Amino acid sequence: MLTIEIPGGNQSAYGMSESDHVGASVAFDGVQKSYDGKTLVVRDLNLEIEPGEFVTMLGPSGSGKTTVLMMLAGFEPVTHGEIRLDGNPINALPPEKRGIGMVFQNYALFPHMTVEENLAFPLKVRRMSRGDIAKRVKRALKMVEMPEFGSRRPGQLSGGQQQRVAVARALVFEPNLVLMDEPLGALDKQLREQMQYEIKHIHDNLGVTVVYVTHDQTEALTMSDRVAVFKDGIIQQLSTPSDLYEHPQNSFVAQFIGENNKLSGKVSEVTNGQCRVDIDGGGSVTAAAINVEGKGARTTLSLRPERVELNPADDCPNVLDGKIDEMIYLGDHIRIRLTVADNDEFIVKVPNKTGSLDLKAGAATRVGWRTDDCRALDPVDQA
Amino acid sequence: MHTTKRCALALAVSALAMGAGSAMAETDSLTIVSWGGAYSDSQNRAYDEPFEEKTGIEIIHEDKAAQGLAGIRSQVEAGNVSWDLVDMLQSEAQRACDEGLVMEIPHDEWLATAPDGTPASQDFIDGTLGDCFVPQILYATMFAYNDEAFPGDKPQTIADVWDTETFPGTRALQNIPQKNLEWALIADGVPTDQVYDVLATKEGQDRAFAKLDELRDNIIWWSEGAQPPQMLADEEAVIATAYNGRIFNAQVNEDQPFTIMWDGQMFEVDGWVVPVDNDADIEAIKEYLNFATDSQRLADQAKYIAYAPARSSSVPLVSTHADTGVDMKPHMPTSPENFQNAVQFDPAFWADYGDSLEERFSAWLAQ
Amino acid sequence: MTDATMDRPAAKASDDGELTTADGTPLAVSLRRSHAQARRRAFYLVLPLLAFLVITFLVPIATMMTRSVQNYEVADYLPTTTAAIADWDGTGLPDEAVYAAMAEDMVVGSENRTIGRVAARINREIPGVRSQMMGTARDIDEMSPPWKEALIAEDEGWANEEFWRLVKRETRTLTPIYYLLSFDFEYNSHGEIVERPEEYQVYRLMFLRTAWMSLLITTLCIVLGYPVAYMLANLPLRYSNLLMILVLLPFWTSLLVRTSAWIVLLQQQGVVNDMLVWAGVIADDGRFRMIYNQIGTIVAMTHILLPFMILPLYSVMKTIPKSYMRAARSMGASPLRSFVSVYMPLTVPGLAAGVLLVFILAIGYYITPALVGGDTGIFISNLIARAMQGSTAELKLALALSTILLVAVLIFYWLFNKLVGVDRLKFG
Repeated sequence: MLTIEIPGGNQSAYGMSESDHVGASVAFDGVQKSYDGKTLVVRDLNLEIEPGEFVTMLGPSGSGKTTVLMMLAGFEPVTHGEIRLDGNPINALPPEKRGIGMVFQNYALFPHMTVEENLAFPLKVRRMSRGDIAKRVKRALKMVEMPEFGSRRPGQLSGGQQQRVAVARALVFEPNLVLMDEPLGALDKQLREQMQYEIKHIHDNLGVTVVYVTHDQTEALTMSDRVAVFKDGIIQQLSTPSDLYEHPQNSFVAQFIGENNKLSGKVSEVTNGQCRVDIDGGGSVTAAAINVEGKGARTTLSLRPERVELNPADDCPNVLDGKIDEMIYLGDHIRIRLTVADNDEFIVKVPNKTGSLDLKAGAATRVGWRTDDCRALDPVDQA
Repeated sequence: MHTTKRCALALAVSALAMGAGSAMAETDSLTIVSWGGAYSDSQNRAYDEPFEEKTGIEIIHEDKAAQGLAGIRSQVEAGNVSWDLVDMLQSEAQRACDEGLVMEIPHDEWLATAPDGTPASQDFIDGTLGDCFVPQILYATMFAYNDEAFPGDKPQTIADVWDTETFPGTRALQNIPQKNLEWALIADGVPTDQVYDVLATKEGQDRAFAKLDELRDNIIWWSEGAQPPQMLADEEAVIATAYNGRIFNAQVNEDQPFTIMWDGQMFEVDGWVVPVDNDADIEAIKEYLNFATDSQRLADQAKYIAYAPARSSSVPLVSTHADTGVDMKPHMPTSPENFQNAVQFDPAFWADYGDSLEERFSAWLAQ
Repeated sequence: MTDATMDRPAAKASDDGELTTADGTPLAVSLRRSHAQARRRAFYLVLPLLAFLVITFLVPIATMMTRSVQNYEVADYLPTTTAAIADWDGTGLPDEAVYAAMAEDMVVGSENRTIGRVAARINREIPGVRSQMMGTARDIDEMSPPWKEALIAEDEGWANEEFWRLVKRETRTLTPIYYLLSFDFEYNSHGEIVERPEEYQVYRLMFLRTAWMSLLITTLCIVLGYPVAYMLANLPLRYSNLLMILVLLPFWTSLLVRTSAWIVLLQQQGVVNDMLVWAGVIADDGRFRMIYNQIGTIVAMTHILLPFMILPLYSVMKTIPKSYMRAARSMGASPLRSFVSVYMPLTVPGLAAGVLLVFILAIGYYITPALVGGDTGIFISNLIARAMQGSTAELKLALALSTILLVAVLIFYWLFNKLVGVDRLKFG
């Protein structure tokens, strides 16, 4: 048995890893989905998920992420293409034959059964002996730290407790793949953060493959091995969380993940993976040429607020003039809103160091950044 | 029309408000309870409207005669009698009279004499006047059949109804013991004038039920008067018991190929009772009864419905059907050729034996 | 949940340990006082409804129950006889004193026109007594003592010992007779309770028949209504709206019209039989009898009561999220198993409400069985209705039967509550 440390100091025993079970691999191969025969909800999905990987599908509502999950679970038929589980096509397999654990948005705990009965349900279906069932149910309850709640009904539990039971139930029959459909959406912020860690640790311990759906980017970044960002039925980018934040491949991803400053302009020169951009509001800067069509094309620059320096040193390669509009004190750092090149939503985050508070709203200042921190991406229509 | 109705309503309400205690010198309305439908229409046209015209007293109609006895009973018990005259079957009137729920009526004092001067008590058909009861019409319940069901021989007698070999098909009977038991005995050979004597004995009752048993599998039961003509028309039944007025209506107004089998017709009278302690002026009630049951008015009623006037002196005055011009005389239960083997329904017998025979009939029917 | 209670600010504890408010009033008293006012206000609000219910519902029911055991006719309308007959030992004919008392009561009774009421009461037990008493009462003025001879000369019914024993027995003002009759028992001429002769036994049979037919109708409503409710709850809105209208349509048409429609469909020359003949399933002379019997009642009532099953079921099913069934299937349960072990238990509140509604409505149904029930398809309520049109005695029998029906429904409700728990029901 394996014991690990949980933030907050709780000692807990995870008992599901005795059997050496390995996560399943999942492959989507040219998968398309349409409900009405006119529009595609999922447009051409190609995705390989490694055994034991924690992959999150992130995107705004209507982006097709939940549909992908439902196709994988077997609740929605695939319109075209193939889904494989451990190399075997499962398109024609009904949900109950896929052996996939699932955690639902509102937990879907059966209200007429006790917690124990809920957990025993998948085991009973599998015709396990009564003794085995009791043992496993007990172990699963211990895993989610709720050993004394077995005889309660779901209605008598708090949201967080229900969430734990739902996770335990999805895992109790030791599936190789677990799907989670916005499982933390109904919890308050603090509980949500705690559950993120717990789910992550359970995943690390069991080695099970997890496909997780959420619209919350923090959740995605915290928990995942890889994140697939969805928009309009297409994966915009599939990367590790850090890659996604540091190296967004297009303006949507840059905007959707983390905070982002946008500056529109026109490419005047492209050399060695760098480009010179004339900013619409005046001035010109050099940026990494990630997603530009070439000289003369329009582009949107993406710049993380914490990578911008106020009143930079003279050797700073990219400098623009700005005016401080507003300062927001946030304890560990200060958030400053400026007008830079006609963009009055330009945000800079400054660590709360000595002297930072001397800045005043209304003061003129200069902003500067390193060339690699500014990424020239596809143009975004300015509303 | 509308306003008069509303006025009447207002009057009724204010009458109620004044309370039953205040005897009104001038009654300007009478509440009359009858059967509704074609029957009430005939009353309306034959005497209610002429009466209103003649006296200015308004007639307020309530179609609740089907609950007549129960209604009078509850009103009298509650001490709040709003019904002034109630149209009732003779047998029910008998019960109401026995229980003291309706007034005794001095016939010769209240009712009109015949045109030739015969006093009322001798002009009404024998045995139809009751202590509390003034008959209006005489109607028959008898068998009728659909001609098309019997292309050859037609059923002629009550015994033929029981002869399912010669006349196969379903019979529709009313789901009450009254009349069915009498017919069963007649079919079993009891002379019509001894039916009630036999039925008063245990053996006679057994005999009647045994005879009904013979026919049981060929019977469907009706409960509302509108059903038997419909059943005949739909060929659900080939022979049915029915009220003669209903069959007349189907024959004349709907052109149905029905024939009435007058043999063993059981006739019964229907007429007026006056609930005790009612809130109307007694003179107005007297005036209405006098007018509505005089020879001409009763003869007039036969213009609108095929029921016979209960007064002998009205018979020669019966003319033709108001809507179709059909001569009404041959359709009257009392016309001589129809009346030959008629049996008078005995309300007194049924007042004595009704409770027990109804229960036995229910038990028999439920088996 | 468990710790939350500890966080509430504790009230002050007085010396003897009792909790008090700031001004020293015991906490319980203060709480009661503040609640009492709210309760009083709530009571005033429901007062009109309460009064309405008492007047239109409780009082009539109480009246019904009292009247079904009242038996004042002999004691009230034959007062002298009641006093005189108390000394009679019940063997042989009573002596002249009783006859004289009877004659005296008859004189008063025919004056007041109350003699018919007592005559009808005794006639209920001995058919023919009504004529005997009414006839004698009419002539009583012309008769003279000795009364025993005079009465017997007038009508030999006065020489019937059974009649006198009955009069003596019925001088009591309370009687269980109508309840005995309701269960097919009666008094014999010696006052012993015996089962009625077989040809008069009907009420036990009818109670049982009403119960089992109502049960069958309820079962049919479940079988037919459950899938419809399921479809209603799970179809896309535009289809389910249409379906809902079809379900509610019967509510918008008159009961009589619906019942008549079934007559047209089911009678021997009706649509269903015509189609069977046309399809060659049955011969023209072998048409089924599907109406004016139990089949007719069951079919028509199932149709009429079906919405009462569908609507509560639907309202419960609509609140069951799709994810329950999906969760069950993701855990490996077949569609059937998911349905049986997850979906169906969740519909129990609606199902139970439907069963309660349909069964209770069915058990007291009147008009449909009256029209299509013929002979064997009628319910106890049809016999009650028939008895209500009869004599006063029959009316009391009707009241006794109604009381029994009411008690049966209450017992059913109680049992049902024990089994399912009425607080769990959802009616829609």
